[in-house]
Amino acid sequence: MADNPSPGDRRAFLRQCVGLASSAGVVGLLLTAHVRQAQALPPWAIRPPGALDEDGFAAACVRCGLCVRACPFDILHLATPGSGITVGTPYFVARQGACEMCQDIPCVPACPTGALDHALADIAKARMGVAVFTGRDTCYAVAQQTGCRACYLACPIKGEAITMERHQKNGRGYFEPTVHTDACTGCGKCEQACVTEKASIKVLPLALARRDPSAAP
Amino acid sequence: MTEQSVPIAVRRGLLLRNRWLLARRAVQFATLTLFLLGPWYGIWWVKGNLASSTILDVLSLTDPMILVQSLGAGHVPLTTAVTGALIVLMFYLAIGGRVYCSWVCPINVVTDAAHWLRARLGLGPGWQPRRALRNWILAMTLVVSALTGTIAWELINPITYLHRGLVFGLGMAWLLVLAVFLFDLLVSRRGWCSHLCPVGAFYGALGRASLVRVNARERHACTDCGDCYRACPEPHVLVPALKPRTTTASVVIASGDCTNCGRCIDVCGEDVLHFGTRYSKRVSEMSPPRV
Repeated sequence: MADNPSPGDRRAFLRQCVGLASSAGVVGLLLTAHVRQAQALPPWAIRPPGALDEDGFAAACVRCGLCVRACPFDILHLATPGSGITVGTPYFVARQGACEMCQDIPCVPACPTGALDHALADIAKARMGVAVFTGRDTCYAVAQQTGCRACYLACPIKGEAITMERHQKNGRGYFEPTVHTDACTGCGKCEQACVTEKASIKVLPLALARRDPSAAP
Repeated sequence: MTEQSVPIAVRRGLLLRNRWLLARRAVQFATLTLFLLGPWYGIWWVKGNLASSTILDVLSLTDPMILVQSLGAGHVPLTTAVTGALIVLMFYLAIGGRVYCSWVCPINVVTDAAHWLRARLGLGPGWQPRRALRNWILAMTLVVSALTGTIAWELINPITYLHRGLVFGLGMAWLLVLAVFLFDLLVSRRGWCSHLCPVGAFYGALGRASLVRVNARERHACTDCGDCYRACPEPHVLVPALKPRTTTASVVIASGDCTNCGRCIDVCGEDVLHFGTRYSKRVSEMSPPRV
């Protein structure tokens, strides 16, 4: 019987296949819908240095956490379900712990797949995100004209990524932190160092800060 | 159990009757412990998780199914990941594809617990989709990975949710694990591992060609008690080897669905079943049949 199926057997077999394919198709559609809404990188989450752009990262990162283990400062985490970040992917929160910009960038060679690009050899060339001055109304240097320059002093690309630019207001001079996006690595040191209650300078993911927002994940 | 098999089973002793089950639990426990030694005690023999890991900072391993999805999504992985996946492939090709399922996967403990409880509650088989459905779901995960440019199954895979959760922090992952437990407990007997999981389907495909296989080389001693069928998570795999149409048919359990869990060997009172290779022969071909 198995060697020589009758037309009835063949029809039953075909019907089975159609049933299975349809069931799998439903699973596939649900999975596709889930994939679409489960890919997320909120503005407060920053990828490790050398991370491919979010589209490339989604295809490359296997969520093994070897970068997390390689980080000597334990700033990296793997996203848990419910955190609002693509589940299992690595990130850090600058305000809680900024990237220390290790010269040897140990997290990058730890990545087995190349989701963190091994071509990155100079940490100053990393583009984890970009700092954005968000608090002209809260920044002590601008709002209170105190001469605070915590962000400037914390910046590892000193004098290049953040400069204190002199401005005038009501006849008084003050200095405003100014980000130079061509030099900023997005390490988040400025955001971590900012002394106002809510940081007045923030690192945003590149896709959000620099590209078409509608294309952001 | 038949009246005949009870005294034999008793005579074999509790440890002997459960030796493969105990070995399997020990290996599952040891595997998980190795991953937890680092985060819990700072002993970093093993880093990473089941998706990819390094052993003693020398050996890199990567889950081949995840890597296949990554390839499908359009990423060309580094050689570290590719060689790591090839090593894992060779390993399971040697000891049995779905050894991953029964000896390594942390979800196995969850679904085995659900099955144990389901049997105690006398709930019957419940919803039983065809076992081939998992193969179609496997194909579908690859299609969705390619269409969306993502490692699609990793966005819901309960195995890596649980394992990553235990090693790196659980978050809400326990909800998904609970869902799998309740599905197997209340909806479908052995529903997840034996019908739906595409990871099992992937390793099952390896199992078709793998070296270590269970065989029924003393099938002439079978008393038709049915103990092995009741213990087996994939009972259909037993039939061709144990109850073949011709007496010369192979004694080897060839189906990739077999997880090499060894439970059938444990429960068989007549020692019909044994671990062997895919080339194992009938007893009558090796030596004169027992009297």
